[in-house]
Amino acid sequence: MSPMNSVKAMATGGILLSIRALRVSFRIDRTTTLDAVKDIDFDIPPNSTVALVGESGSGKSVTALAILGLLPRENATVGSGSRILYRDRNLLDVSEREMRKLRGSDISMIFQEPMNSLNPVFTVGFQLAEVLRQHAGLTRTQARSRAVELLAEVGIPEPEEKIGAYPFQLSGGQQQRVMIAMAIACEPRLLIADEPTTALDVTIQKQILELIADLQKRRGMSVLFITHDLAVVGEIADYVIVMREGTIREQGPVDQIFEAPLDDYTQALLLCRPHLARRPKRLPVIDDFLNHGPGTVRDVPERRRGLRGDEQIVLEAHHLGKSFYSRLGLFGQREFKAVRNVSFSLAKGKTLGVVGESGSGKTTVGLMLMRLHVASSGQVIFDGKDILALSPREAMPYKRRIQIVFQNPYSSLNPRFTIGQILTEPMTIHGIGADATQRRDMAYVLLEKVGLAGASFFKYPHEFSGGQRQRIAIARCLTMQPEVLICDESVSALDVSVQAQVLNLLQDLQDEYGMSYIFISHDLAVVKYMADQVMVLSEGEVVEIANSDEIYLNPQHPYTKKLLSSIPRGWHSRVPAT
Amino acid sequence: MNPNHLARSQVRAESPGLWVLAWRRFCYDRVGLISFDIVLFFVALMAASATGLIASDWSIEVGVSHAPPTFMGPADASARITTGAAPPESAMSARETEGRNSDGVDPLAEILAEIRGANRSGARDVAIVDPLAEVLAQIRAGSSVESATDVRAPTLIFGGDKWGRDVLKKAIKGTETSMFVGLAAATLAALLGTVFGALAGYYGGWIDDFFNWFYSVFTSIPYLLLILAIAAVLNQKGTMTVVLILSLTGWTGIFRLIRAEYMKHKIREYVQAAEALGASDMRRMFVHILPNVSHVVLVQLSLHVVLFIKSEVVLSFLGFGVGVDTVSWGSMLNEAQSELLIGNWWQLAAATLAMAMLVTAFGLLTDALRDALDPKLK
Repeated sequence: MSPMNSVKAMATGGILLSIRALRVSFRIDRTTTLDAVKDIDFDIPPNSTVALVGESGSGKSVTALAILGLLPRENATVGSGSRILYRDRNLLDVSEREMRKLRGSDISMIFQEPMNSLNPVFTVGFQLAEVLRQHAGLTRTQARSRAVELLAEVGIPEPEEKIGAYPFQLSGGQQQRVMIAMAIACEPRLLIADEPTTALDVTIQKQILELIADLQKRRGMSVLFITHDLAVVGEIADYVIVMREGTIREQGPVDQIFEAPLDDYTQALLLCRPHLARRPKRLPVIDDFLNHGPGTVRDVPERRRGLRGDEQIVLEAHHLGKSFYSRLGLFGQREFKAVRNVSFSLAKGKTLGVVGESGSGKTTVGLMLMRLHVASSGQVIFDGKDILALSPREAMPYKRRIQIVFQNPYSSLNPRFTIGQILTEPMTIHGIGADATQRRDMAYVLLEKVGLAGASFFKYPHEFSGGQRQRIAIARCLTMQPEVLICDESVSALDVSVQAQVLNLLQDLQDEYGMSYIFISHDLAVVKYMADQVMVLSEGEVVEIANSDEIYLNPQHPYTKKLLSSIPRGWHSRVPAT
Repeated sequence: MNPNHLARSQVRAESPGLWVLAWRRFCYDRVGLISFDIVLFFVALMAASATGLIASDWSIEVGVSHAPPTFMGPADASARITTGAAPPESAMSARETEGRNSDGVDPLAEILAEIRGANRSGARDVAIVDPLAEVLAQIRAGSSVESATDVRAPTLIFGGDKWGRDVLKKAIKGTETSMFVGLAAATLAALLGTVFGALAGYYGGWIDDFFNWFYSVFTSIPYLLLILAIAAVLNQKGTMTVVLILSLTGWTGIFRLIRAEYMKHKIREYVQAAEALGASDMRRMFVHILPNVSHVVLVQLSLHVVLFIKSEVVLSFLGFGVGVDTVSWGSMLNEAQSELLIGNWWQLAAATLAMAMLVTAFGLLTDALRDALDPKLK
């Protein structure tokens, strides 16, 4: 659908749902309340896709829950004067009973984690039929045949057989399709999709997005699409609302938002995200826009990436393999090869990107290099020695020279340690620094280096945001002055703007210390931005390894081609190149 | 001045750790705070009793036998007669009367009189010295003091037992024993459970298998049988025996929980990160993971204190508990069994009230602790 349609719909005054002066606040404890949504207005026209975009804490999910009347009753308060109008009724005043009726038939929702949203002990057919029996009043047999139709409609192969499957027997993408089938079962007029593709691989994401867009058109329903990813928005939305910290920064038709954004924050969001076509020396961050205006971030020189072939090699992996065994019967066991025959070399001061979908073995490779997983076969040559063959005692001096930054900044720091303890612990273990005072001073220097105040030394991890915690994790690695740093999805859990800051930090540190990075990510745009060389893994095997520009411009292997074509290319994919 | 030092001193005060935050949450819990105060009161009672500040004279028979509580007034004569029929009572009063009669009486008096009489008639020069004179003088002096205090109170504040000992003091002394048994046994059990659970959960493999077999065998034996077996092996009665019996049989629940917690935590990224930076197994187990599961240990500890206090009562009631020279709530209840037959309810009431108060308060405290310590952290 072209964005013109939605503009037309708005012009003719057809409005499905309108939100006026919505305010939602949460009580945190006795003294503090958090204003999650502060006085927002927007409309959802019929037969269109409206995207609600924002980072974590922007209030986008809270808005969706308010529409469905699903706010937690014990601590959420909706401000007086707030209105959510649907068919001339204020949904905030409707009784719980009527609301329940509406939720099934008129407005329905799909969530981020399909695995958590489906009941694991019932078959998908039963769960789907239950919705139909409850809301559409169908009999058991009617419901069953309708369920088969729905499964077919959402593109599940062999729906007659899959109807008896339990959720764990389906893949993540299929589970999300089942969730969508349940949501559209009663022909809702509004479908709310809250980050429906965030937990999915990029190729599956593409399929699900296509399915949602297709259903929207076929059914003539409206979709409220909630996401943090502007690239996804650009592909499917007619109308975009940008939210930040509970307020709407900008709203308008998709072409306006992408072609001529008025708000600084919208512009920042568009430019913070690494782009496949550009590679500026530094990524712009939100502060650049909000403090100095958009002018300062244009025309940043591009960074050249790639290996020339004469670089010094710091680490070489030969034929790495890892098998997991699961028991089969009393004595038998089944072998599962997570990684097969992976070889690569890492150049000094350069970055090797490792990409692949979930289950491709990319994290296992990283953990094997760290000796956190015992490799089943292969060698890792570092400083002339095979570090996988060393005894734990012999490996100690090598440990500090290869370090890792994990994905989840919320779980990779010990919550009972202060930042000071976290930073000085590795120094104590490896005997870096003469005494406690010297170690403390080194910790202060590192905190400053990663952009945190010295006062952080006495704080606990829970007092920091995700991005700050990831900086602490990076500082912890830096205490050991490693030569190789493995970043295992290190920026994947972060918001777009924070992601840019951490990527800039990593790049600055590499420029300063000449560290080599192994950058593991499912995010192809981020890898394109960071990596000199890219290794593509699929089902535990290397399918392609080459300089990053080469791989992105001219992929050789069909799997790489498929992967690259799945990347959401945003608004520009819809506008024919001129 | 180094700006860092300035910043450090400023921030130190306002950076609450997780324990401080938990304590703040706990302070909002009114029921929890009241229970905490009651438990503190009992702990203070235990401490005062253990150091001999109060109730050190619990074993002195200060009241008449089966002295009723003060508010009920002294027992009337008819009641005395019926109670006098009880065998220990009669034996006691017989001893008492005998004692009183014989007090200060010179057993040699008659013989001496005879000898002196004989002397008057015969050998007159020999002075007859009474060999018991000094002893008797002492006895008479002593008995005159003793008989002054030996006036027994007809009633006591919370009544007396059959020996006339103060039930209130017994209850306080019983608190000391029961609390000590509960706290010591729970601490020991938590220690065993935590160490075993940590080893089993952290290492997995054959170590886990070993502990699981051990655990399964241990829990397959009926509880009371196990207690009797351990009591037979230790072969002596006493407070420490009870502590050992309870902790050696009670660590299993804590073990299972801590093992599960360790299995959950050892694959967390912060533990992997610790491994990546070279922390040893022991360090990861006890420096990294233990503080993160310590809230479970604490709640279990508190839960087991209650459990063990009740178990001690049951053991002492059945006669496997503390020795005859110590008093506990259990031994009080054991005595109350026969007293109740003759309508003397106060010993039962005192022990039950004290126990019910402590156990309820401890239980509520455990709940409040669980709420406050529940880490709602991502």
